[in-house]
Amino acid sequence: MARVIGGITTSHIPAIWIAIVNELQEDPYWKPFFDGYPPVRQWLSARKPDVAVVFYNDHGLNFFVDNMPTFAVGAAFEYHNADEGWGLKPMPAFEGDPELSWHVINSLVEDEFDITTCQEMLVDHGFAIPMTLLWPGHSWSGVKVIPICINTVQHPYPTPARCYRFGQAVGRAIESCDKDLDVVVIGTGGMSHQLDGARAGFINKEFDLMCMEKIVNEPEELLHYTIRELVRLAGTQGPEFIQWLAMRGALGTHPVKKLHSNYHIPISNTGAGLLLLETTAA
Amino acid sequence: MTNTETDEPRIPGTTLFDGEMAMKGYALNKMCFSFNDARAREEFLADEEAYCDKFGLTDAQKAAIRDRDVLELIAQGGNIYYLAKFTGMFGWNMQDIGAQQAGMPLEEFKAMLVRAGG
Repeated sequence: MARVIGGITTSHIPAIWIAIVNELQEDPYWKPFFDGYPPVRQWLSARKPDVAVVFYNDHGLNFFVDNMPTFAVGAAFEYHNADEGWGLKPMPAFEGDPELSWHVINSLVEDEFDITTCQEMLVDHGFAIPMTLLWPGHSWSGVKVIPICINTVQHPYPTPARCYRFGQAVGRAIESCDKDLDVVVIGTGGMSHQLDGARAGFINKEFDLMCMEKIVNEPEELLHYTIRELVRLAGTQGPEFIQWLAMRGALGTHPVKKLHSNYHIPISNTGAGLLLLETTAA
Repeated sequence: MTNTETDEPRIPGTTLFDGEMAMKGYALNKMCFSFNDARAREEFLADEEAYCDKFGLTDAQKAAIRDRDVLELIAQGGNIYYLAKFTGMFGWNMQDIGAQQAGMPLEEFKAMLVRAGG
């Protein structure tokens, strides 16, 4: 049977991509951020997951507001990214697992989550930067991926509670697959930041740290927030936290063990949170 | 139609990109979405006015594009993620446009973030 072996959260902002291209990992501004990652990479090297299911949000590369899905599940053989308008060199392709994707899709709809399916899907920085942070030097060739995009472009966004339950349904779907697969689930984005409006530059360290603590073994205490409350408390892009909640839902209902965490603020306009959570037996 | 901005007290300095704004900004955002493609960026830079007309931008949207005025682009229905492809053409990152919107010099904007993290 397929198993969800653990979960990871990480920032995905484009400034990280530029810092990697310019080799700024040891730069004093960036070092406290990049220094968080080696323990997570070591865990990935030791556990060698077969598949990474990545909850992320597209920022206007694949989806336009002509057709804007709330939950979109990748079902492609291969995924590509693009320069997104900024002239950056696209990364190598990511290998999909369409067989597992369709198993997840069938299971989700049976479970009453009526998702959008994508046999072609450009993956933007929300997906690609976490991949390159976790598998540096584009070393993701042994890992198949399933990108799952949750709308945070156009309101209404799905509620935190809905995203957590969606994640739980994804976890059930994975664990009902009869193939022998180890799966890691990843939630990208966050934490507090506001990119738009006269309040641009708003961040909230206290709220970020509370979320990082609660999500480990008390995620249900975070489900009462509305999207609007997340905007007020964590900025216009703060609702990206729903990607983290979906990841946490997919880890299931057993307690999880926090193996590593790092929080650094600010990176560009954001608080950056990194978590490595391992699932435990019943 | 629901405008989430009118249901509850406003969040200062914040516009939620909801159905009303998505309708208002459709042409503007569609133009900015096109900038994912390098050829579209070249075409825009060769003749900005003609490119705006091709997408049917309003006079107010065209003026905000000419002025590179991010707050006004948002007031005209622009979504920050599509707008980032417009401002990216001038080499501006999120801190550059954050400082512009917050109405402060870039160094002051960066210092404000560092202080908030302390």
